[in-house]
Amino acid sequence: MSSVEAHERAAVESAIQRFGHEPGPLLVVLHAVQDAVGYIPPAAIAEIADRLNLSRAEVHGVVTFYHYFRTSPHGRHVVQVCRAEACQARGGAALEAHAKRRLGVDFDETTADGETTLEAVYCLGNCATGPSARIDGRLYSNVTPERFDVLTAPRRPA
Amino acid sequence: MATRLYVPKDATARSLGADEVAAALAAQLGGAVEIVRTGSRGLFWLEPLVEVETPAGRIGYGPVGAADVAGLAAAGFLAGGDHPLRIGPVHEHPYLKSQQRLTFARVGVVDPASVADYVAHGGYQGLVNALAMAPADIVKAVTDSGLRGRGGAAFPTGIKWKTVLDQPASQKYVTCNADEGDSGTFADRMLMEGDPLSLVEGMTIAGLAVGATQGYIYCRVEYPEAIATLNEAIAAARAAGYLGSNIRGSGKRFELAVRVGAGAYICGEETSMLESLEGRRGEVRVRPPLPAIKGLFGQPTIVNNVISLATVPVILARGAEFYKHYGVGRSLGTVPLQLAGNLKRGGLVERAFGVSLREVLEDYGGGSASGRPLRAVQIGGPLGAFVPASQFDTPLDYESLAAIGAMLGHGGIVAFDDTVDMARMARYAFEFCAIESCGKCTPCRIGSTRGVNVIDDLLAGREPGRQRQLLEELCETMIQGSLCGLGGMAPFPVQSALRHFPEDFAPRARH
Repeated sequence: MSSVEAHERAAVESAIQRFGHEPGPLLVVLHAVQDAVGYIPPAAIAEIADRLNLSRAEVHGVVTFYHYFRTSPHGRHVVQVCRAEACQARGGAALEAHAKRRLGVDFDETTADGETTLEAVYCLGNCATGPSARIDGRLYSNVTPERFDVLTAPRRPA
Repeated sequence: MATRLYVPKDATARSLGADEVAAALAAQLGGAVEIVRTGSRGLFWLEPLVEVETPAGRIGYGPVGAADVAGLAAAGFLAGGDHPLRIGPVHEHPYLKSQQRLTFARVGVVDPASVADYVAHGGYQGLVNALAMAPADIVKAVTDSGLRGRGGAAFPTGIKWKTVLDQPASQKYVTCNADEGDSGTFADRMLMEGDPLSLVEGMTIAGLAVGATQGYIYCRVEYPEAIATLNEAIAAARAAGYLGSNIRGSGKRFELAVRVGAGAYICGEETSMLESLEGRRGEVRVRPPLPAIKGLFGQPTIVNNVISLATVPVILARGAEFYKHYGVGRSLGTVPLQLAGNLKRGGLVERAFGVSLREVLEDYGGGSASGRPLRAVQIGGPLGAFVPASQFDTPLDYESLAAIGAMLGHGGIVAFDDTVDMARMARYAFEFCAIESCGKCTPCRIGSTRGVNVIDDLLAGREPGRQRQLLEELCETMIQGSLCGLGGMAPFPVQSALRHFPEDFAPRARH
């Protein structure tokens, strides 16, 4: 077993131990696994189904229903750009086009160097100071194309 | 003695640099100051807004950047000294002074996770009163207040509660819908980040009222700051004996937990939310049965929005008569309006129902941020109608908006200037519905995708007359045939765009 698989198995085990007893636990367990691993590994689906007494189809169905859950790793950085109306009213469409062009990827894709994953998000609740983006978990206001370039400039190794 | 400073840790304030400002204040002023992190007052163009406690009240400075700290210190801001960023006593600011803040009275004022601060500002008075009341009397107070669901459906809260109260069941639930997915809305987020204990108190009162011992707050994953603050507040309430198996020695029990969504707009629909809470795909349930009769895990369940529940403590503390004194007609109380999009002064405005849209856009919002004329606003999120400038004198209450074919929804107002392309906004409404449809019913699942195609054909000039008719029929089919509000209301922005801005739908050159 590779160390990656061992880490994934440990994450599933820990999630089930902590949350498996809760009523309707599947989303809670999936969140814990994704928090630990970064995504829901395909092997985890069978394991979670078995342990929670669900069918694999049920778990797969839930994982694929929700936009937030992912079944493959994201890039080293995750850039979420808001596409919703309030951001559109403040230049969101231009930011969206710029982000795709600048990174050379479409939404839900990762740059070829594995550096950055671009995601669309539908409202970050930051609707008076858009366009909004969340970059590596941090929320930003007034993200003009110029500011986007600064915020996503390649990070040099420390 | 250290001077007390208040710096918001609200997500919007942080997105504008509040954490860096707090760090600079701590680094440069050290022991001379005590920094309290609060929610936001909701004057977002002034964020980060730093408040200094002085004998003359809290004096505000904003928007403060980390680089401004040295200059503020030199100007003697710790004593309220003059500076170009000084806005004066915060509660005297016209944007705040003219508001009627009942639900948001403490947001931006208190330390969100401090029970002592909450109680010192009038918190938990409603629960103390409720503990001395019979369940039916608590329900009656909520009914008499005229409170209607602030999530958007505007159903009378007390009637929902009475239905749950009347069900015989061994287990009932109180669930809070904090899946605030509508673009242009952030009231739930601000409240959860700024005064989460009012939500905790409201849910506890709801539990006492209907005999429910377990509550869940279903919060969207896009709100990590709110989730963290809620969990802190719940832990603090439990430690202080306001949650748990013996609430303040009363022998009454109520437990509360936060559950996190996973990026699905549809889970803001109440039955989808219940499915999600049970660990399933967020597909809508066919009603009846109502959640009040068969809800979470098949048990009688209250499903209320954050603002509805956070308003309950005010009603129990000050009485139904006090609350219903605000508002007009059948729209009683206050409503937190959220000014979003292309406005100069975006933020949160809590007013009694009946304030005019124009007053909100002009007096509070200050007109467009771009300086161009406002052309349309969308009220009530992505399923709300577009309202043209000619209807800006409409009062903001449920009935007046219904009369012009619009709706208040959750109170979000997104302003667009005259560069907006309304055909593109209509296309986006269908596109969003297609992305977020749960797929259970055909009108929504297929209709939304077809809607995008038809608008594309219309704009490309392929038999435009026929496409126009098809579009109208498609809207009607979705409205009549969808299982829930997503497919049933997604046509509203489309129809309103067609009705008020037909010129935008003329065939155009491809681009």
